[in-house]
Amino acid sequence: MNTSLAWIKAYVPELDADAQEYMDAMTLSGSKGEGFVKLDADLENIVIGQIKKIEKHPDADKLVVCQIDVGTGDLVQIVTGAPNVEEGMKIPVVLDGGRVAGGHDGKKQEGGIRIKKGKLRGIESNGMLCSIEELGSSRDFYPEAPEDGIYVFDDSAVVGESAVHALGLDDAMVEYEITSNRVDCFSVLGIAREAAATFHKEFKPPVITETGNDEDVNDYIKVTVKDTDLCKRYTARVVKNIKVAPSPKWMQRRLSAHGIRPINNLVDITNYVMEEYGQPMHAYDLSTIAGQEIVVKRAKKGEKFVTLDGQERTMNEEVLMICDGEKAVGIAGIMGGENSMITDNVTTLLFEAACFDGTNIRLSSKRVGLRTDASSKFEKGLDPNTAELAMNRACQLIEELGAGEVVGGMVDVYPVKREGNRVKFDPAYVNSLLGTDIDKGTMLSYFEKIDLGYDESTSEIIVPSWRQDLLRPADIAEEVARFYGYDNIPTTLPTGEATTGKLPFNKRIEGVAREIAEFCGFSQGYCYSFESPKVFDKLLLPKDAKERQAVVISNPLGEDFSIMRTISLNGMLLSMATNYNRRNKNVRLYELGNIYLPKTLPLTELPEERMQFTLGFYGEGDFFTMKGVVEEFFEKIGLSKKAQYDPRAGKTFLHPGRQANIIYNGEIVGYLGEVHPEVADNYGIGEKAYVAVLDMPSIVPLATFERKYEGIAKFPAVTRDISMTVPKEILAGQIEAVIAQRGGKILESYTLFDIYEGAQIVQGYKSVAYSIVFRAKDRTLEEADITAAMKKILKGLEDMGIELRQ
Amino acid sequence: MKEKLKAIRDEAIKQIEASDALEKLNDVRVSFLGKKGELTSVLKSMKDVAPEDRPMVGQLVNETRQAIESILEETKTKLERAAREAQLKSEVIDVTLPAKKNNVGHRHPNTIAQEEVERIFIGMGYEVMEGPEVEYDLYNFEKLNIPANHPAKDEQDTFYINKEIVLRTQTSPVQARVMEQGKLPIRMIAPGRVFRADEVDATHSPSFHQIEGLVIDKNVTFADLKGTLEVFVKELFGESTKIKFRPHHFPFTEPSAEVDVSCFKCGGKGCRFCKGEGWIEILGCGMVHPHVLEMCGIDPDEYSGFAFGVGLERIALLKYEIDDMRLLYENDIRFLKQF
Repeated sequence: MNTSLAWIKAYVPELDADAQEYMDAMTLSGSKGEGFVKLDADLENIVIGQIKKIEKHPDADKLVVCQIDVGTGDLVQIVTGAPNVEEGMKIPVVLDGGRVAGGHDGKKQEGGIRIKKGKLRGIESNGMLCSIEELGSSRDFYPEAPEDGIYVFDDSAVVGESAVHALGLDDAMVEYEITSNRVDCFSVLGIAREAAATFHKEFKPPVITETGNDEDVNDYIKVTVKDTDLCKRYTARVVKNIKVAPSPKWMQRRLSAHGIRPINNLVDITNYVMEEYGQPMHAYDLSTIAGQEIVVKRAKKGEKFVTLDGQERTMNEEVLMICDGEKAVGIAGIMGGENSMITDNVTTLLFEAACFDGTNIRLSSKRVGLRTDASSKFEKGLDPNTAELAMNRACQLIEELGAGEVVGGMVDVYPVKREGNRVKFDPAYVNSLLGTDIDKGTMLSYFEKIDLGYDESTSEIIVPSWRQDLLRPADIAEEVARFYGYDNIPTTLPTGEATTGKLPFNKRIEGVAREIAEFCGFSQGYCYSFESPKVFDKLLLPKDAKERQAVVISNPLGEDFSIMRTISLNGMLLSMATNYNRRNKNVRLYELGNIYLPKTLPLTELPEERMQFTLGFYGEGDFFTMKGVVEEFFEKIGLSKKAQYDPRAGKTFLHPGRQANIIYNGEIVGYLGEVHPEVADNYGIGEKAYVAVLDMPSIVPLATFERKYEGIAKFPAVTRDISMTVPKEILAGQIEAVIAQRGGKILESYTLFDIYEGAQIVQGYKSVAYSIVFRAKDRTLEEADITAAMKKILKGLEDMGIELRQ
Repeated sequence: MKEKLKAIRDEAIKQIEASDALEKLNDVRVSFLGKKGELTSVLKSMKDVAPEDRPMVGQLVNETRQAIESILEETKTKLERAAREAQLKSEVIDVTLPAKKNNVGHRHPNTIAQEEVERIFIGMGYEVMEGPEVEYDLYNFEKLNIPANHPAKDEQDTFYINKEIVLRTQTSPVQARVMEQGKLPIRMIAPGRVFRADEVDATHSPSFHQIEGLVIDKNVTFADLKGTLEVFVKELFGESTKIKFRPHHFPFTEPSAEVDVSCFKCGGKGCRFCKGEGWIEILGCGMVHPHVLEMCGIDPDEYSGFAFGVGLERIALLKYEIDDMRLLYENDIRFLKQF
């Protein structure tokens, strides 16, 4: 929403703030200013002058020398090349040292152009005569300006006065961010009312006088509203003996300031009233209205209609149409029809000011694919009472401008009159909600400024019908707060029962995950929650993979963002690929983010959101580097048992011989492995890459921060090294399981220290060596203890087909 | 005898002083004081001394031994010190050579900002809570006073799964969920991911993060909201930060406000960073709408409360002067390493 400050000041005559002061104060009372543009920012020292004498330039055919009266007594000599100058003309003159906004070609220059006196072909020139373009505007907004040449004032202009003022350029366009609850502020009058209240000045809206001749409008037109749910009110008046002409300068100036091109008196009046009251109006050529009647009803499905921009559009049965006795003549609230539009030959017109259902207009505007100034006003939900005001205001302007003869009376279909709300007013409640101590009289004075009445007998606020946002005492409290000033409300801290600040356990575990990942050199990435269904193919997932059962977004930004991810790897691989493409070396990344697993499809309840701790790297390191990170994490969150690794993870996207499920307490809690070279190719990662995915909901319940001190060993340890020849298919994990299971209480630890396959080893076997440490807590171990334990271990290993090497 | 002892002593001292290494010194010790040393052999010859002279001779021998030992010790210390000094001299390093780093990873700026906000509010007694990212329309809109066909639904460019289920457009539905549980009083913050149908560009992302705050108790006032956010803002952006509350509209709060903070780059004078305004919009807040309380089963005549929502990316972008939101989701290591 934009308004001209001068137009606001027309209704708040005592308002004496510059644009900045105005905007700042309005912002603090709730009409947020987004900025302003001063129309005269680059105009300086420009007055109305009168050309007293014109002489030819002695040395230039296209230049003339003018003697100009600028109201100072002395004539000012200016040389000009303008083709349209005549003696006696009143024109804008920028004097020596002044500034204009741009060139005659309409190109504006940042900061304007400074005009200095000088000599033109040897003749002194003390300023410049200005075209409308040089003043920063154009013929669109000043249609009376000549096509090529100096702007010429009419005879009433006063020599010596400010030309900028005379052209209405001493104004600022202020832009506001109006919130959706303040429909009334999408109008000059609505903003002006707020301005008056904000600055404690009197609000003087236009006084609408009675209009119309002795005739009765009902003899001209009949209105039937069939769908009253979509049309709350329909008013119509008739104007005959139309005289199409340009509108007066003052009206043109205001419209221009609002960026609306003046066209003629009829169009300008409807635009003017729309800006002023926020109420769109429409004018039909009455001669095109069949049967002298208007019927407001829903369109037929598939109905075609040509709007006044010449486009054919297709309706459905939810679009409201304005029809005459035979045909549709307009799409209600959106755009009129080509068949009934006003032309220069119009003699009698029908004015419509109606109130259509905001939601329907908003949806219809989408259905029809047409959003207009009118529809954007209607869709906010207008006050039906404004329709009448706007209608009568328009007719008043018709009479004032001599644009036609208004027929007496108004057709008004208004089945249910909208009344203002009544809201309980309790000053104590207001103060208790705000934490203030404002007296009742002060509060009432705020209400009065914004036209809220007060019924003392019932202690109720009488809300005008244009303030549909005021429904409850809390709304009234906001009105008090914004005129008291949010800044004047004290600052305190909540009293009451003390509460303990807490971070939930799962988030504490996530915190440890971050720390461990970072200690291990991984940096945190953020990935999108939605991705393309194509990622399943990129990850080589089979057609029936459960990961393909994904939640689908019905209105995605595109296929690439159309499903909620069911696996966290795509984001990680994309991020690694981005880094690889940018030639970043040794990249280690981690992510903590959800996957979304539907319980049923189509979705009938919320999907399960599972936090995934995903790690990925390429560069230095291998499978076991990643395994180390996983185990560091497990240790830190109290998963003190050894995790198991099952190579039969069956992940299509990982190297078939370099992947494992991570198993803890017999449950799969995640997986890790080397990225399958084909998948790496699909993503464009040109190095071996490793990933791990830990399913946090499986891990968090196992985690604990509880620790018990176990003492520091007092008795010596005994180490035994064993070297074995092991069938190739037996995994180190299986050997370790035997050692752990059979080592007994005195087993302290075991460490793999050599693994070898090659020349000295029989085909199909490998050499594996472990160092096993025994220790008792309460005594020095005897040889017999160790022998017994070792015997059990060796027996177990032999049973697996392992041979002890001597 | 006396002369002999003196000669031994003089010779020993001479040899000690001539020793320039610890090994040589040890040789001297052995040759005089060792089992076969000269002084020891004098002692061994005591039997040849007249018994009446023995105490005197014994004392002389002891004196000589002590004298030699003391010089030995003194010289040893000196030599040791010299050796240590020589060692240290030989071990001088170029301390400006490069460090051997562990290459610790880096935390994402969003997370740093989130942890910062969590730290501040946990310190004020708030509990951190979470809610689902795929959410019912009921919680995301209806229970927040945004009924069907409310224009705010359009404004928020919602991603829909179906008519009832959406990707949450705000963290505010956590408010409704927590209030519904009915445990009062409430002091909570809910950080999390939200979604809006905005195309990706330098200032927009279809997925971003918010932190919601909610306090429900008896006698909670707008003044309390102001005080709380003032503490928060000063803690986050520095003690000298100024804060400004402007009236605004949100369907689920009344009165509502938007909060600006003084530009931390120029301190409020106006610069390129704050687009010359001196202020930067940072969050939205307000008193929980009585109808929202009612819908969540809380009696608005007994309880009141405030809520606020702040964009995490907004804080991260402002605090770290990141000029393009896309950087937050590219995960380029050269970006992440700066945090």
